[in-house]
Amino acid sequence: MKKTRLSRNEIKPATREALQGLAFVFLWMLGFALFTLLPLVQTFLYSLNQVTVTAEEIQLVPVQWANYARALFTDPTFVDLLIEYAIETLVSVPIVLIFALIIALFLNLRFRLKGVFRTIFFLPVIITSGPVIRELVEQGVASVPQLANLTIITQFLTQLPSYLRAPIQYLLTSFIIIFWFSGVQVLIYLASLQKIDPSVYEAASIDGASGWVSFWKITLPALSGTTLVNAIYTIVTLSHFSENKVIKYIYSQTYAVQGGIGYASAMSFIYFAVLLLLIGGIYLLIAPQTRK
Amino acid sequence: MQRPKWLDQDRIKSFFLGTRTRYGAIFTTVIYTVLIVIAFVYLYPLLYMFITSMKSPEDLLNPMVQWVPTTVYLENYRKAFRVLNYPRTFLASLQTSLLPSLLQVIVCSLTGYGLARYRFRGKQLLFLLLVATFIIPAQTTVIPQMLTYKRYGLLGNVLSLIIPAALGQGFRSAIFVLIFYQSFLSLPKVLEESARLDGASEWRIFFSIALPNAIPAYVVSLIFSMVWYWNETYLTVIFLEGGIQTLPMQLSKFVQAYENLYPPGTVNIFDRLNEAVKLSGTFLNILPLLVMYFVLQRWFVESVERTGITGE
Repeated sequence: MKKTRLSRNEIKPATREALQGLAFVFLWMLGFALFTLLPLVQTFLYSLNQVTVTAEEIQLVPVQWANYARALFTDPTFVDLLIEYAIETLVSVPIVLIFALIIALFLNLRFRLKGVFRTIFFLPVIITSGPVIRELVEQGVASVPQLANLTIITQFLTQLPSYLRAPIQYLLTSFIIIFWFSGVQVLIYLASLQKIDPSVYEAASIDGASGWVSFWKITLPALSGTTLVNAIYTIVTLSHFSENKVIKYIYSQTYAVQGGIGYASAMSFIYFAVLLLLIGGIYLLIAPQTRK
Repeated sequence: MQRPKWLDQDRIKSFFLGTRTRYGAIFTTVIYTVLIVIAFVYLYPLLYMFITSMKSPEDLLNPMVQWVPTTVYLENYRKAFRVLNYPRTFLASLQTSLLPSLLQVIVCSLTGYGLARYRFRGKQLLFLLLVATFIIPAQTTVIPQMLTYKRYGLLGNVLSLIIPAALGQGFRSAIFVLIFYQSFLSLPKVLEESARLDGASEWRIFFSIALPNAIPAYVVSLIFSMVWYWNETYLTVIFLEGGIQTLPMQLSKFVQAYENLYPPGTVNIFDRLNEAVKLSGTFLNILPLLVMYFVLQRWFVESVERTGITGE
């Protein structure tokens, strides 16, 4: 049989496949360059300058790292807000994860009225928006009813050192709202619970494992990868939320006379770095538990 | 004498503790208790919001009235409707969530398809960049974009949301790309190959084989995308302020807008701004989403389960 040879101007199948694939992702790559990479570099440049926007042009006066130094060492509020944000995030993540896991486990059971409960539990996915949450928090609907105002609790809180008091107070006042951030995580857990092969549970129960044991030995290890995904998702959602105090502060500084775009850019890069640190920390905590 | 059937020990035991095929009474009670408690956590803010919004000023002041207002009082809604400029802001919200989300879903599905079905170099890098776009806070990219839009006179124009969405950089695009990636990955390669043998072009394969098989992914993505765009306030305030006023944007200025319509010095005490009016506004804000959710919920839940939204 005659071997088919590629003529000179015909492209190799592998190259053709690559080109076809790239054609599909081309729009995304273009968008990434224009709307993510380019602005990211520009913002970084701004952060090293004093930026003044006039009607005609954008004036840059190089100040090197002064904006960063100001954010970290002279600004009295920024660092406080960052620490508060980091603590609140670290307190919220485990709560969201455990809560989402419990809901997902329950939704995975057999019971009546499943549709009704599922509809209710997915509600936060639809409603969690900045102004709505703010309104709810302002009206005091977000806290555990009446608990935060009990005299015993307020007295107990004043005894505590401030680094312990802040997270507990945050917990008491935003308890319900923290739950509201677990909508998508429930979906992700549920999807991965349904992927676990039922025959594994059957085999375990024939070998005499109780439901309790099979939860710890089968379910939880199978969900470790998902937990990592959920943890990162939670951190990112909390950090991007428009009512986040750091974000609001950066936004207010963008238009401030004293601050300006350069300063706001520097702060957003510091914020980004802290966000990466948080994700990195959680990753190192959870990743060793995940099975390949 | 034989004991009556219901006293049989095994039956009692299995009633309370369950058998291999069904849960016992104790476990069932636990399930429902937990479910109801959790449901309460989610419904409490909504119920509180709804009930308070129905309260007349007298009811608000009356400490006896907690959960059941004495009258059905719709005046709050009438005021909130006016303050929110509802028909106009509603349409603006619809426009700013529907158009970008449609384009976002289309482009993300193409990207997910390319990543799932073709081999090419640099794919790992693309995934890395994809995750990066999810993590990078908008604050680090939004200012240059805003200045560029300003230069081209696009601030306050819905195009400032549409253009990034059409290039796959819309709000949380990475999640949608991953959903489509997962969904297209599970498509059997045989289908595609036989179509290729029959001479179908790559586009044809995408439109007539891949797309129809990924309908659940499209449904889920479109709903999520719309909801997220609808709820988004950070980007909309920066890009649309001055041109388009969406519902959540108007809600965040509720107090100010209220006092423009009902100046505090001139109106009588019953027309002052109170939490009932505010919560009516909040409720009007989420009402369209609630309606959409309850209409589509069966479809939505099924699609979620069929797509298996995990991007592991």
